Amino acid sequence: MAEPEGEPRRTPLYHLHRESGAKFARFAGYDMPVHYPGGILSEHHHTRRAAGLFDVSHMGQLMLSGGAAAAALEALMPIDVIDLPAGRQRYALLTNASGGILDDLMVTNLGDRLFLVVNGACKAADVAHLRAGLPGACVLDVLEERALLALQGPAAARVLGRLAPRTARQAFMTAAEAEIEGVGCLVSRCGYTGEDGFEISLPAGACEAVARRLLAEDEVALIGLGARDSLRLEAGLCLYGADLDEHTTPVEAGLGWALSKARRAEGARPGGYPGEEVILAQLADGPPRRRVGLKPDGRAPVRGGAELADDAGRRVGTVTSGGYGPTVGGPIAMGYVEAALAAAGTVLTALVRGKPQAVQVTRLPFVKHNYYRGSATEGARP
Amino acid sequence: MSDLKFSEEHEWIRVDGDSGVVGITDYAQQQLGDIVFVELPEVGRQLAKGDEAAVVESVKAASEVYAIVGGEVTEVNGSLDDDPAQVNSDPMGGGWFFKIKIGDAGELDGLMDESAYEEYTASLE
Repeated sequence: MAEPEGEPRRTPLYHLHRESGAKFARFAGYDMPVHYPGGILSEHHHTRRAAGLFDVSHMGQLMLSGGAAAAALEALMPIDVIDLPAGRQRYALLTNASGGILDDLMVTNLGDRLFLVVNGACKAADVAHLRAGLPGACVLDVLEERALLALQGPAAARVLGRLAPRTARQAFMTAAEAEIEGVGCLVSRCGYTGEDGFEISLPAGACEAVARRLLAEDEVALIGLGARDSLRLEAGLCLYGADLDEHTTPVEAGLGWALSKARRAEGARPGGYPGEEVILAQLADGPPRRRVGLKPDGRAPVRGGAELADDAGRRVGTVTSGGYGPTVGGPIAMGYVEAALAAAGTVLTALVRGKPQAVQVTRLPFVKHNYYRGSATEGARP
Repeated sequence: MSDLKFSEEHEWIRVDGDSGVVGITDYAQQQLGDIVFVELPEVGRQLAKGDEAAVVESVKAASEVYAIVGGEVTEVNGSLDDDPAQVNSDPMGGGWFFKIKIGDAGELDGLMDESAYEEYTASLE
């Protein structure tokens, strides 16, 4: 993804980041905090142990309404949007005619509207794609005046529950209006770390006050994009532009779980989205390559871009994300390999600065997900 | 008596006679962040000044370390294999990288002393 030209944009928390000693980097056209003085390792561990507050206001927030919006959106994605209950959200994918992924996003049914959160670097292209593909009766608003915070970690529900009590028992992958410090927010129970947590959409002008209120809680610390990346990698979650792109299908990416039954060959509304031939064929016959977890031998990280070879030295895949997993305590990676070599335990060779390094195909995630599945008294979902 | 010199690439060398101990500076480790792996040169390797001598991997990224002077690598700090974070906690001490037999002492002349290096890093802020 090419970074947009011109002056970097700033989120509503820019001054709070500066004041907190953030080291910045440009990401999706924004000056974003990579880490704070404590560094990525401590921020990562803090999130797994307590609660991390992330500014993800660079992400695109879109509102889609009118003109049978759910049915219209289904024409652009292999996802069941029509039967998504009000208040529920779903991980979704925009696909192209060859079955490749244009973006991965969250779709939430707010009753009379659909709320979409898309990747920051894809925002402009997504809006153009949606506007071109949706009927004129659908209205797509880009919510430029909204900010987005993520509160992630085992203490997230305890913390948010103090300020907005109902959120503590809000089910995973649901969204609800909640008032935090007198500010009307849209709170979703989801995230990108593998931990329990929330994403909080709120007016940009109120973001700093809410962020400071959350940071006043003992368990909460600001966390930068560096730890966000190491957390999501340990959780086996894809980064668009690295692990997913327009040449990668959902089936290759191991995202078959996200392809709703209703849109599959045997479903109520099969096909009818860009790339259906490729995606349905790969669901039936298997894809030519698959995304896998990779555990490098030794301590040297294997980074995205490294080539993977088999015993005979034949190139069989590529690493798409890799680095150091702080909770794992060693190097971890993800990549794509030929389907025949995707079984856990397969040993391959990565080339790191021209030197061979053994890596083992392994199951994802590297760190067990810790999502909220409801308390026993409420009846846990399977 | 040893003599401490610094490069603009944020390496240091502590010269003692015709050999020296090499590492990266406190400024460098702060910029790199948490270091999780250091790839060191092989003992016996002949380095020319400016050759890629080592690689430092932080959580964020890999960064090359270039030879501050030319010469032969005589010893490496094997303790970094198990505890690379020494480069963060003690970059001028326990976090040293390798020892080198200096090929041409004249190459040391262009390096900075401690106060010049402090001025240099201050100018980067």
